[in-house]
Amino acid sequence: MEQIWQIAYIVAALSIIGSIKWLSSPATARQGVWAGQFGMLFAVIGTLLRHEVVSMEWILISIFIGAAIGAPLAYLMPMTSVPQLTALSHAFGTLAAALVGTAEYYRTTPTGFVMAALVIETVLGYLTFTASLMAFGKLQEIVPTRPITYKGQNFVNLVLLAFAVALGAWMIVEPAPFWVFPAFAGLSLLFGVLLIIPIGGGDMPTVIALLNSYAGAACAAMGFALSNRLLIIAGALNAASGFILSVIMCKAMNRSFTNVLFGAFGQVQQTTSAQASTKPVHSATAEDAAAIMAGARKVIVVPGYGMAVAQAQHKLRELTDALTKRGVEVQFAIHPVAGRMPGHMNVLLAEADIPYDKMHEMEDINPDFAEADVALVIGANDVVNPAARHDTASPIYGMPILDVDKAHTVMVIKRSMNPGFAGIDNELYYMDRTLMLFGDAKSFVGEIVKELPAV
Amino acid sequence: MTAETEMSLYVLILAVPLGLQLVQRVSPLLHTPLMSLTNAISAISVVGAILVAGSGDATAFTKTLGCVAVVASTINIVSGFLITDRMLKMFRKKEK
Repeated sequence: MEQIWQIAYIVAALSIIGSIKWLSSPATARQGVWAGQFGMLFAVIGTLLRHEVVSMEWILISIFIGAAIGAPLAYLMPMTSVPQLTALSHAFGTLAAALVGTAEYYRTTPTGFVMAALVIETVLGYLTFTASLMAFGKLQEIVPTRPITYKGQNFVNLVLLAFAVALGAWMIVEPAPFWVFPAFAGLSLLFGVLLIIPIGGGDMPTVIALLNSYAGAACAAMGFALSNRLLIIAGALNAASGFILSVIMCKAMNRSFTNVLFGAFGQVQQTTSAQASTKPVHSATAEDAAAIMAGARKVIVVPGYGMAVAQAQHKLRELTDALTKRGVEVQFAIHPVAGRMPGHMNVLLAEADIPYDKMHEMEDINPDFAEADVALVIGANDVVNPAARHDTASPIYGMPILDVDKAHTVMVIKRSMNPGFAGIDNELYYMDRTLMLFGDAKSFVGEIVKELPAV
Repeated sequence: MTAETEMSLYVLILAVPLGLQLVQRVSPLLHTPLMSLTNAISAISVVGAILVAGSGDATAFTKTLGCVAVVASTINIVSGFLITDRMLKMFRKKEK
């Protein structure tokens, strides 16, 4: 009977692999979630059946408490809060990894290889825990979202990390004094906080993906410490997934790859003190916008984080319906780093019941802008800034952008002329073909919809 | 290096490229669900938490740590899977 848990682990590993595979296409994605849940259930049951587990009542109570907290968390959070929820949920998972490492250390005080695995597990666990909490705080806007930087920041961080690594090495080499482990854990926790402080809201997609990767690596390390191959497989899949996503995000922002690994996102904030409001812009009313759209053949909508903030996706859906009824083709262009996590815009548009075959990736839709009558930019800024193409002095130079400026008419819904996250002025706004629609995204789109039938 | 460790390293060597392959095929459309699904999967640390919490030679201290870890990872599992499913339910292809 001893083999039952081993079989359960193998089933769990297969299910988890299948789960990610099925997620590759929207048609099978939900199946993927089922497979993942199934795999997790087998992992838990298999573990409970192991003879090492002698007392179960507290474990079952703990599982019950966890489920009682987790379920409402997932159901009560609005869809716009998915990035926050992911960060928070992450914090819990990595806290678990760190605590397991801590408990293992105090239970067995190993040295050598096992301790090396435990050190990696706990350092990643603790730092990802506080880093995820900080990311949650920034996304929820409990903590200031602007990057907080000071002189010698990188130096302080590196020294701190070096200390933690030195303490870790000490414990690997020989059984260390009592104070070493708590100090090591404390430094890791502190490092996690300092890692996120210099990061601005717009860099969150990369950060969340990277934290995901760290969490996976912590699990894989735990697998080595406990000689548990299920943990290694699941952890490695996870680490790979987070890593690839952060690389994709980096490419989409034209950041270097080494930047990713050490989380040195705190790019120099060249406050190119936007020479805004001096140049004239063309502003228009909802009525004007409605008239132009009604006469268009093709409208491409470019959503950004501003759409999420204003919760404009449902009004956007109404606009799409109204235009489609009039025979206007409406498509959506999604930049890889639009929003606060990878694929954020897709989820919000899907929430508003916009079919996913209308959502297009940057490479696919860019050639279409030239033949679009209207490009409607809602709450996006840096991802449509033409300066990225030609202005070598611009901080976003080289970043691939959506070619909205090639459209016949560009409409930009924006609260005011304040520059976006990166603090860079956007020359798109001053083009002759650009109409600025000043106002709250949600109510403005609503007004356009209202004006439409009258045309 | 023990045979055990060697085997574990082989598993790691195979699992990493598998993960890279699998994830590269996921459409950018589904990157948020992918993040939250892998977030839920990273809570596989529940396995370690159960082993620590239920271990026969656990002290009150390690047992408490283990139980807190079980609570934390279960929160991660439950919220991670539920939110993923909630998102995926919304994705549909054609107009009704």
